[in-house]
Amino acid sequence: MDTAQDTIQQTETKSEPSKQVGGFKGTGSQVLLNGLIEEGVSTIFGYPGGAIMPIYDALYDYADKLEHILVRHEQGGIHAAQGFARTSGKVGVCFATSGPGATNLVTGLADAQIDSTPLVCITGQVYAHLLGTDAFQETDVINITTPVTKWNYQVTDANEIQEVLAKAFYIAKSGRPGPVLIDITKNAQLQIEEFPEYVKCNHIRSYRPKPKVRVEYIEQAAALINAAKKPFVLFGQGVVLGTAEEEFKTFIEKTGIPAAWTIMGESAIPTSHPLNVGMLGMHGNYGPNVLTNECDVLIAIGMRFDDRVTGRLDKYAKQAKVIHLDIDPAEIDKNVKADVGVWGDCKETLPLLTNLVDAKKHEEWLAKFRDYNQQEIDQVITPELYPESDEMTMGEVLRNINEICGGDAIIVTDVGQHQMVACRYAKFNNSRSNITSGGLGTMGFGLPAAIGAKYGAPDKTVIAIIGDGGFQMTPQELGTIMQFGVAVKILILNNRFLGMVRQWQQLFHDKRYSFVNITSPDFVALAKAYYIEADKVDERANLRKALETMINHEGSYLLEVMVGRENNVFPMVPQGMSVSEIRLK
Amino acid sequence: MSTENTIQHTIDKADLEGKQEYTITVYAENRIGLLNRIAIIFSKRKINIESLNTSPSEIDGIHRFNIVIHESYEVLRKLARQIEKQIEVLKVYFNTNEEIIWQELALYKVSTDEIAEKVTVERLLRQYGASAVVIRKDYTVFAVTGHREETDALVKALEPYELIEFVRSARVAIIKDSAGFHEKLKEFEAFEPGEELVENEFLDKGEKIFTM
Repeated sequence: MDTAQDTIQQTETKSEPSKQVGGFKGTGSQVLLNGLIEEGVSTIFGYPGGAIMPIYDALYDYADKLEHILVRHEQGGIHAAQGFARTSGKVGVCFATSGPGATNLVTGLADAQIDSTPLVCITGQVYAHLLGTDAFQETDVINITTPVTKWNYQVTDANEIQEVLAKAFYIAKSGRPGPVLIDITKNAQLQIEEFPEYVKCNHIRSYRPKPKVRVEYIEQAAALINAAKKPFVLFGQGVVLGTAEEEFKTFIEKTGIPAAWTIMGESAIPTSHPLNVGMLGMHGNYGPNVLTNECDVLIAIGMRFDDRVTGRLDKYAKQAKVIHLDIDPAEIDKNVKADVGVWGDCKETLPLLTNLVDAKKHEEWLAKFRDYNQQEIDQVITPELYPESDEMTMGEVLRNINEICGGDAIIVTDVGQHQMVACRYAKFNNSRSNITSGGLGTMGFGLPAAIGAKYGAPDKTVIAIIGDGGFQMTPQELGTIMQFGVAVKILILNNRFLGMVRQWQQLFHDKRYSFVNITSPDFVALAKAYYIEADKVDERANLRKALETMINHEGSYLLEVMVGRENNVFPMVPQGMSVSEIRLK
Repeated sequence: MSTENTIQHTIDKADLEGKQEYTITVYAENRIGLLNRIAIIFSKRKINIESLNTSPSEIDGIHRFNIVIHESYEVLRKLARQIEKQIEVLKVYFNTNEEIIWQELALYKVSTDEIAEKVTVERLLRQYGASAVVIRKDYTVFAVTGHREETDALVKALEPYELIEFVRSARVAIIKDSAGFHEKLKEFEAFEPGEELVENEFLDKGEKIFTM
């Protein structure tokens, strides 16, 4: 397309879109926004810029249908979209401009890719005729984002927009969900065409999101489970993504099998469920880790045996027969060899399996979990939740939140010690309540993700628990909270260290505290600069009241709690060790 | 797809441990950027691609990649699944050299004087199955089609006689035990997946494995 034509089209953009019978005449930008509405989108997190201006110009007229949240940085935008997707179960949408706008999305894309979060990201791109000329704000976004997207596509002609958008939503949310990026050149955004009616996508010939379940595998799995004396269930986010929480509960209740979670699967069943035996992995609970190497049948459901869960692989559950249920066939046999792999959507496979398994109770086996739990309570949990020293612990802050909210709040975390403490001790009654950056461990995730989480679940109390380090990675999103009055509760657990790295330096690097000593601004003053109510607590006597004030406050609120400087998160499976070599101190 | 069409993996126990040469055949949509998506699956794991060829397939609009790598069976299987996971990839096969018919084309440019003086062209042509593509006063270009050992052998033979230029193409391979992709494509185009598409080795461990 030549420049003269672009100019003509730019002036034509001003004309009102006219509705055709069935179809629509207008710009590529308008047809994109119409498509978003057709896909049920109501909230967009974004940031404008040169190459996406035609879309923003069109958005001006869609204010009644599409709510646009102006973030303060594109990374904040994509993390907010992630938070939105995680609490709402819908596809998160974000907009960014070309060049730096698009590259700022990369961390969020990588995070969403590894944590299977459905996103559709729209980036503007320079005019098609400028591609490859190193034009202003041109970057090769498609190639930069290829390893961190489930699918991506560059649109250079407006006539592609509808089909590509429909495919994007279908790909993002079906099968194993993931992020999709559509890069749209400016000329395509401006191009005026007569567009047909929007048609949603439900089939791509080269893409099979889920297979027809083969009953043979279910039968084999059931036979193993029925013969098991010490079966053990591990569950991950797959249960949540497959909206199979009920099916999962029915399965474990019928079989009486103890179930432990990865941090991504945490809130799939209530914390208080009698068969919920706790957290897996490096900072998980004592029993689930030790007994992984004692069970006779290991049933992994919607989880991917991350190295933080398995520890040393050649000493992981070697004695057990492994059954692995997953929607992504590339996960089966990837890290842990499955004796029976059940490829399919657990929403379908779990009921089939439940039908074939015997109703049982594994009292003796469950008692073992309780024994280990008691040891952990005595040696780790009680001192963490009810500390005797004057210094406050992160655990006691969590205990107070549990007591105030009763497990109904959505807890969004950042990454580090506070994240592990929050996952270990927070109580959850409802699914989609634990929002955390699991696979990628993205510091700076917490604050923007909490914004999105609140939009995804507006009736819930959303508490963002963040360390003093992570908060300083994306504090600019306080501006978004201010401008849009997002009622999130921000809880900074300040230990004046990059605590998790410091813990490793203490344990494995002879206490050589190399660059973990981080100083902080006056967080209360910072919040107040953004007109956000704030308070700081440095002694236990004021903690409960301050937390109650924060949670009961109408709008957004920031509370900084000073906790012990050199507290460690235990138990811990040191890197490279077996899960059964977990340390209590 | 019936079992006659499935490609049998004849790998013995020793192969399971060690690395060997595998040829991966990928059926995919012809889409810009897909080559990069596939290539980074290898580079992410620091695996070198020995040879890569993209070409049309027996079906109009469907592309066929041949990728040769030297790896263990376990790694191959994981790679194949990662490739097949890409949205625009229809199907991935991987085969040992015994299971395929394969060819590479090599071209050799040598000085006509040298070759006329020092070797018998006729002998070269006969011994290496070479053909003379161009014969000029200053140089001659030979072509050999065959396996790596064959094309390599001629490089060695020509080394003493001033090999001016040498180039070898990527491998192209036909799977011996394949009935092509026509029937399979129909299943892919159907809305409900057929049995073939849900086949996987989790149940049929052993002889019928050729892909996920």
